[in-house]
Amino acid sequence: MAEIAIRNVAKTYGKTRIMEGVNLTIRNGEFVVILGPSGCGKSTLLRLIAGLEEITAGEIAIAGQVVNDLEPRERGCAMVFQNYALYPHMTVAENIGYALKVAGVPKAERQARIAATAASVGLGDFLDRRPGQLSGGQRQRVAMARAIIREPKVFLFDEPLSNLDAKLRVQMRHEIRRIHTRIKATSIFVTHDQHEGMTLADRLVVMNKGTIEQVGTPDEIYDRPASLYVAGFIGSPAMSFLPGRVDAGRQALMLESGAALPLPRALAQAAAGRLVQAGLRPETLSLTAPGKGQIDARVDFVEELGAERLYHLMVEDLPLSVLSSEKVRPAEGAPIGVSVPLGALHLFDADTGRRIEPQAAETPVAVTA
Amino acid sequence: MIERTPVLNLMTHLILGLGLAIILVPVWLAIVAATLTLQEVNTAPVELWPGDQFWPNLKEAWAQSDFGPKFVNSFIVAVGVVVGKVTLACITAFALVFFDFRGRMLIFWAIFITLMLPLEVRIVPTYAVAANALSPFQTILDATGISWLLNTLSGIEVSLEWNLLNSYTGLILPLVATATGTFLYRQFFLTIPDELVEAARMDGAGPLRFLWDVLIPLSKTNIAALATIMFVYAWNQYLWPLLVITDRANYGMVVVQLSDLVPDQLTTGGGTPTWHLAMAATLVVMLPPIAVVIFMQRWFVRGLINTDK
Ligand SMILES: Nc1ncnc2c1ncn2[C@@H]1O[C@H](COP(=O)(O)OP(=O)(O)OP(=O)(O)O)[C@@H](O)[C@H]1O
Ligand SMILES: [Mg+2]
Repeated sequence: MAEIAIRNVAKTYGKTRIMEGVNLTIRNGEFVVILGPSGCGKSTLLRLIAGLEEITAGEIAIAGQVVNDLEPRERGCAMVFQNYALYPHMTVAENIGYALKVAGVPKAERQARIAATAASVGLGDFLDRRPGQLSGGQRQRVAMARAIIREPKVFLFDEPLSNLDAKLRVQMRHEIRRIHTRIKATSIFVTHDQHEGMTLADRLVVMNKGTIEQVGTPDEIYDRPASLYVAGFIGSPAMSFLPGRVDAGRQALMLESGAALPLPRALAQAAAGRLVQAGLRPETLSLTAPGKGQIDARVDFVEELGAERLYHLMVEDLPLSVLSSEKVRPAEGAPIGVSVPLGALHLFDADTGRRIEPQAAETPVAVTA
Repeated sequence: MIERTPVLNLMTHLILGLGLAIILVPVWLAIVAATLTLQEVNTAPVELWPGDQFWPNLKEAWAQSDFGPKFVNSFIVAVGVVVGKVTLACITAFALVFFDFRGRMLIFWAIFITLMLPLEVRIVPTYAVAANALSPFQTILDATGISWLLNTLSGIEVSLEWNLLNSYTGLILPLVATATGTFLYRQFFLTIPDELVEAARMDGAGPLRFLWDVLIPLSKTNIAALATIMFVYAWNQYLWPLLVITDRANYGMVVVQLSDLVPDQLTTGGGTPTWHLAMAATLVVMLPPIAVVIFMQRWFVRGLINTDK
C-alpha cells in the first residue's frame, strides 16, 4: 500500500515528445482509472510508473521514495498486461509462483501461497494446465493471480479486459473491484472504455496527447468536464456542441442559428460577451413540437436503442443528438423542437476550449475573449 | 494452391517416387557393394543383390583405417561444435535482440557478413590464425606501434604465440565461429512478445534468469534443429581437418580416413580398386549423422518451421 506521486513527468523517444508536464498524486489504496483514446500515452505512463521505461524528466515517488532509478522489481509494483503475457511453457501454478521462485521463497511456502491465490480467483482446478489450454477468461485470472501473489504495494493494469467478450468483461470488472476491496493495494487501471473506467474508478484521469486533461471522480468528470475534449470524450452518447455568444444582459446564449438559450445568472456573467461552444448532453434534452422548444432543428435519422431512441438532429448544418424514451418516429427531414432545461448547458471558451464556471454573482470579472 | 484431380495426384506421386528412387538407388548400390568380395565388386555388369561379405569387409576397412579412435575424434569434434555453437549463438542472439547497446547494428552486420564467407572461402587466413591464434593481436600491436614502444622501452620483444594446429581446439573453434545459429536464434527471439520480457522483469527476473527460465525452454525446438544441423555439418567436415591436422594418427577424423579408402591411382597403385571396403566403411561413417537426424527429427522439423503452438 502506497501513495504514488508523479511530478512534472515528461517522456521523449528520440526527438518525439510523447508526454509532457504530467502531475498526479494517487492516494494510498485508491483505484484510479486512466482513460484516453488510443495513442495518448496511457500505457507509457503506466510503464513509467512500473519502471519498464525510463522517464526523461520529472520524478515519480512511490510511498514517499523517489523511484526514478530503481529497477521494476525494487518498486513493489505488479502489472497485469493486455495480452496476459503468461509464460507459455510453464503450468498455471508455475506462472503464478514464478515471482516467488525468483525471490527465493522456499518451495513449501510457495506452494501454499500458489494454492491459496489460485483458489481466490477460482483457478484451483487448473493448476497443472498450460496457458495454451485455458480460455481467455481463465488466462486473465492467471495474470491476476500472478500479480496478487506478490502482495504488491501497487497494482498496474494495462487494458487487461480488452481481449474478453462483453459479458466476461463485466464479470471480470466486478472481480477486479472485489479483489481491490480485499487487498486494498493502490491500483492504476488503464482503459479506453469509458464504461469500464466509470464503473471501476474512485477517480478518473482523462488523458489526451500525452497530457492530463482532467482528474476527478466519475461524477465530477461527467457533470463538470474541464474542457471541450473531456466533454466530448466522456458520456455516451456523446455530447453535441453548438457555437454561440453569451449575452449577459439577456442572460442567454445566442446561438449562431439565432436561437436564445437561457443561462443561469452566475454563468451568464462569468461568460459575458464571450464566444463559446455550448455542450449539450443528449440525455438532458427533450423533444417538443416544432417552434415550441428553444432550438429548432430537423430530423436527420433516429437510432433505436431498445428502451430509448437516439434522435440525430441537424441545427442548420450542425449535429445535435437527443436521447428520449418517447416513441415518436418523425419522418426524416421533418422540423422538430428541442427544449433545453436551464442549467443543462456546459460552456467552453471557443478559443482555449476550457470550461467556463459560473462565478459568484457579486464579483463579476470582465473577461474578453 | 491446392488442386484435387486424380491425374495430377498420380503425377505428383510419380514425381515423388522418381525422386525417391534417384536418392535411394546409389545408397542401395553402396549397400550391395559393401557386401561383396573384391572380385565380385569389380565384375561387370554391376551386381544388384547383396552378398554375405559385409562383416569381413567392415573388419578389414576398420582395421586399415584405424576407425576406433577416429570415431572418438569425430565425436569429440562434432559434440564440441554442437555445444559451442548452441551456446555461443544463443548468447550472441540474446545480446543482439534484448539489449540496446552502442554499435549493436554494426555488430549485427559484422556477423551477418560472415554468412557470405563460409570456412572454405577464408580457409587460408583461417589457417594462418589457427597456426597462431594470437597473430591478429600481434598484428594490432605491431600496427599501432605498441610492440615497438615496448621493445624500445623495456627491451622485451613482443611475440605472441598460440598454436592450434593438431588439436581439438583448432578443429572445433573455426567451425563454431559462424553466423548460422545466431540467425536462427535471432529470428526466434524477435517473435517473443515484449510483454513477456516485461512480465519477467516485473516478476523480478534479471536478464540471465530470463534467458535461463524463459528463453531457453521456449527455444528447445530451435536448439534441437541447430544441434542437428551442426552435428551433421561438423561430422562431414573434410577440407578443414585435412588442412589443420597433420598428426593424423592422433587427431584424424573418420571422414578424412574414409577418403583414403576410396580407391584411386595412389592407393591401389594400379591394383584392383577396393570399392567393397570403401562402401562398407561409408555405411558406418554415415550412421551417426543419420541416427542424430532420426532421433532429433521430431523437434528439429518443428524448430525449422517455427510453428510451436
Ligand atoms: N518505443 C517507442 N518508440 C517511439 N514511440 C513510441 C514508443 N512506444 C510508444 N510510442 C508512442 O507513444 C505514444 C503513446 O503510446 P502508448 O502506448 O502509451 O499509447 P496508449 O495510450 O497506451 O494507446 P493504446 O490505447 O492504443 O494502447 C504513441 O504515439 C506511440 O506511437
Ligand atoms: Mg496501451
